[in-house]
Amino acid sequence: MYILNRWQRHWANNTWMIISLLVVATLPFFLFLGLYLKSFLLLHDYHLGHLLFGKIWKPGIGQFGFFPFIVGSIWVTLLAMVISAPICLLAAIYVTQYSKTRLLRIMHPAIDILAGIPSVVYGLWGILVIVPFIARYLGPLFGVDTVGYSILAAALVLSIMIVPFILNILIEIFRAIPVELKEASLALGATEWQSIKQVIVKKALPGIIAAFGFGLARAFGETMAVLMVVGNVVELPKSVFDPGYTLPALIANNYGEMLSIPKYDSALMFAALILLVVSLFFNLIMHFFIIRYNKY
Amino acid sequence: MTDNKKIQISDLNVFAGKFQILKNINIELPENKITVILGPSGCGKTTLLKCMNRLTDLYPELRVTGDIRISGNNILAAKEDIYKLRQHMGLLSQRPYPLPMTIYNNIAYGLKLRGVKKRREIHKLVVHYLQQANLWEEVKHRLREPASRLSIGQQQRLCLARGLAVNPGIILADEPTSALDPISSQYIEQKFLELKNEYTIVLVTHVLRQARRIADYVVFMYLGEVIEQGDVHEVFENPKMEKTKLYLGGTFN
Repeated sequence: MYILNRWQRHWANNTWMIISLLVVATLPFFLFLGLYLKSFLLLHDYHLGHLLFGKIWKPGIGQFGFFPFIVGSIWVTLLAMVISAPICLLAAIYVTQYSKTRLLRIMHPAIDILAGIPSVVYGLWGILVIVPFIARYLGPLFGVDTVGYSILAAALVLSIMIVPFILNILIEIFRAIPVELKEASLALGATEWQSIKQVIVKKALPGIIAAFGFGLARAFGETMAVLMVVGNVVELPKSVFDPGYTLPALIANNYGEMLSIPKYDSALMFAALILLVVSLFFNLIMHFFIIRYNKY
Repeated sequence: MTDNKKIQISDLNVFAGKFQILKNINIELPENKITVILGPSGCGKTTLLKCMNRLTDLYPELRVTGDIRISGNNILAAKEDIYKLRQHMGLLSQRPYPLPMTIYNNIAYGLKLRGVKKRREIHKLVVHYLQQANLWEEVKHRLREPASRLSIGQQQRLCLARGLAVNPGIILADEPTSALDPISSQYIEQKFLELKNEYTIVLVTHVLRQARRIADYVVFMYLGEVIEQGDVHEVFENPKMEKTKLYLGGTFN
């Protein structure tokens, strides 16, 4: 039997590692390329600006304006983050800095259970609880007449869905900060809250941004739960009580029936392309901030 | 002895659940002297130190009973203002933990907590304390850089300057040189010898030579108990207890 010498073994191992790395590293590129080629038909016939900022969506007569979907997606995502982010941050600070360790031991499985619930269940819960709640109480409270299926309903459902993801990361980040750092601040005569605000959170800032970015990306791509409560009306929402439509919902709702209309499949691929590009953009911004604040 | 007693600890017990970390500690530490608390790892030295500035409050599972009197006040009493108390003591920990800010702000943070508000005043004091810790010459051109970019020896001196900046009367040091190279260690030891005229210094260590070099008063601890205490010469040259003899002789196990 031929036995590999050390250099050959080294070379063989390295080659496999490089191949694995290349597969992982080029995957997004191929994804991008595939979507681009598939949506080329649409991009060839229409101006990019018209596609992105056109407000009229009538595939039957060849009108493809994606603006309502883009706006709907952004509204829903940002609103969900605005609701979810402060809650997660304060909860993580409480659990790691103030409460006894036993609470954390109880909370961890609870958070994991939340993360494991299928999104269709969240959607159903949204239809049964959130939508009537908005129609009956929240809408009238603000003097708005609404059926409940709205941007706000989607944002509320989403904000609950992303809590476990953000919270889990935040807890890990706060736990990784050495207790001696807090002791150092306390030893100088700072109060607990001063220490948390000026030392712990500052130290954790890159991680906090990463956690929020992760939640944002998840919220932006969430499909099922959103399309069940957002209303699916192609319209520019004027307030959060209006129904809307999101990019993932557009793809999921229409994928089966696209063959009868020309360029429809191309348009859906373009919607996916927008999703991909926006996600990458979010990621890029996030990394910029992480690097910016990671110097301490 | 004729020295003033700065810190008097009587009947101090610390429990973590059923386990007793400190057992009936009765010690008196002299003012403006360096007291070295000596003992093997895990004997409760650090816990004793943390009792003195009530960092034990951070750990709800710890139960502390007894009396710690600093200049006569029992600091374990519930009504004691712990923020004032902690400002009265500078803490130097085993490894340096610079705050996540610039070098300048690491010092200014404590000054602001102490109530110094005027910018010019803060600047003057930052310079003063950096000079006190022998760090000024090395960092005067890079005050706005993150403190984490300093070397570990510089960081420890920064932590010393930070501790001095709150204007304490007591310095608590928990094996402050154990992570440092010999030259940085020497810096810190030298500084302690200079500082003891103005401060009461309590130093925790397990390094015998360090204790012999800088201590005035020695407390030897083992398994949560104080075995022996006294002047450095008495304890080192003429230990009364068998355990102390063994530890000093290096044949302890």
